[in-house]
Amino acid sequence: MRYERPTSFKAAAELLAKEKGQAFVLAGGTDLLVRMRTGFIEPDLVVDIKLINGANEIKKSESGFKIGAAVSGAELGEHSALKKAWPGVVEAANLIGSKQVQGRCTVTGNLCNASPAADSVPALVAAGAKALIVGPKGKRKVAVEEIPVGPGKTSLKKGEIIEAIVLPKRDGKSGDAYLRFIPRTEMDIAVVGVGVNVTLDGKGVVTKARVALGAVAPTVRLVPAAAKALIGTKMEKEALDKMAAACEAACSPIDDKRGTREFRIKVAGVLARRAAAIARKRAGGKSAGK
Amino acid sequence: MSGMKVHTKINGDPVEFMCEADESLLDVLRNRLNLTGAKEGCSTGDCGACSVTVDGRLTCSCLVLGVEAEGHDIGTIEGMAEGEALHPLQKKFIEHAALQCGICTPGFLIAAKSLLDKNPDPTETEIRFGLAGNLCRCTGYDKIVRAVQDAAQEMRKTSAKASAKKAAPAKKRVAAAKSRTSQKKRA
Repeated sequence: MRYERPTSFKAAAELLAKEKGQAFVLAGGTDLLVRMRTGFIEPDLVVDIKLINGANEIKKSESGFKIGAAVSGAELGEHSALKKAWPGVVEAANLIGSKQVQGRCTVTGNLCNASPAADSVPALVAAGAKALIVGPKGKRKVAVEEIPVGPGKTSLKKGEIIEAIVLPKRDGKSGDAYLRFIPRTEMDIAVVGVGVNVTLDGKGVVTKARVALGAVAPTVRLVPAAAKALIGTKMEKEALDKMAAACEAACSPIDDKRGTREFRIKVAGVLARRAAAIARKRAGGKSAGK
Repeated sequence: MSGMKVHTKINGDPVEFMCEADESLLDVLRNRLNLTGAKEGCSTGDCGACSVTVDGRLTCSCLVLGVEAEGHDIGTIEGMAEGEALHPLQKKFIEHAALQCGICTPGFLIAAKSLLDKNPDPTETEIRFGLAGNLCRCTGYDKIVRAVQDAAQEMRKTSAKASAKKAAPAKKRVAAAKSRTSQKKRA
């Protein structure tokens, strides 16, 4: 195995594009090293991106936040401005693994690992996050929901690498939240995860919403029908019922030891209501569902 | 495969080593540097027995490549005691019998120290969540939690005393010393 430590994303993309064998990007390594150790993969080349300028930075600008591909979960949790603007994204990222894992893991890695149960991904999708991609043919920017295409599979082409995740600028009264169900209290894989993001007008009416589900389909799923059920309402019971029904309808989960199909579908609706209530409260709305 | 040369600081001392590109930091510490305090449990980042700090941040050394340590400060359990003087956490783990087989203990100590460095007065829930990345199959965790609570209390007392000493004007300190002496005499 060759180990390379380029100093630019362009150089990293070139290394990945040129490699004839199996090549992998290394940021936190909390998934990659496990797969290496368990013999699931045998890399010929590992490209460590942590020395690249900007990869370890969270940048706040007029257009929002840019989270470098090597920024750890712990660093997200320590960034007060990001936490204030996107509490749902940060709480989702901070649910990944233990304190030890938090010190290394990244949201970009969580996205590229393409697990349907990835905790940070529903929150990123609900937030309308975009992935900045560098590749042999230059740069492109795509919605995060377009990155995973199936369990463990992404839409990234050979030589392409995600440089950063961009969260849009917050407008007005906005709030987001992420909730997941696990059978334990910590350190487990989501049975269901729900991210909700809402913007309210001065009267508390929802003007924008996004709802995303994790662990109930082969990929994290954006549910436009659930968002539609909220928009134009003050999130009264009727709107929440409609949203929950839309979430249940969007589920096509597997049956496994963590939860049956029926259980996952039911819990998706329940968590969506709860997450929506938290998102609304964070947006400055009065208590939800009344 | 030829080895790569890596320059690090371990427990404050500059250390250079050679390692293969796919070797974990845990294997480097144990097999090349003879620092066998960090233990290999699962090797998949679940058990925390291999916990170390990288630039002060708690990490599983099984999830870091040796080559990634280049230019970084590594902290291991070997650096916790100061010479013969055990760290308060180490003392309290012994006092509370917070270990049986002991294989998880170095990891728990590193994780607990990392927790108390950030939060000197954690609640029981915060301790349990803070140590959720460390598995122990002997104690049932209760004794570990109690040892950490007790150590935290002692460390807070020590640091309060130290800062009171700093804040107190010189005269008062002399007076305090005198009263301590007179108390001793009385005793």
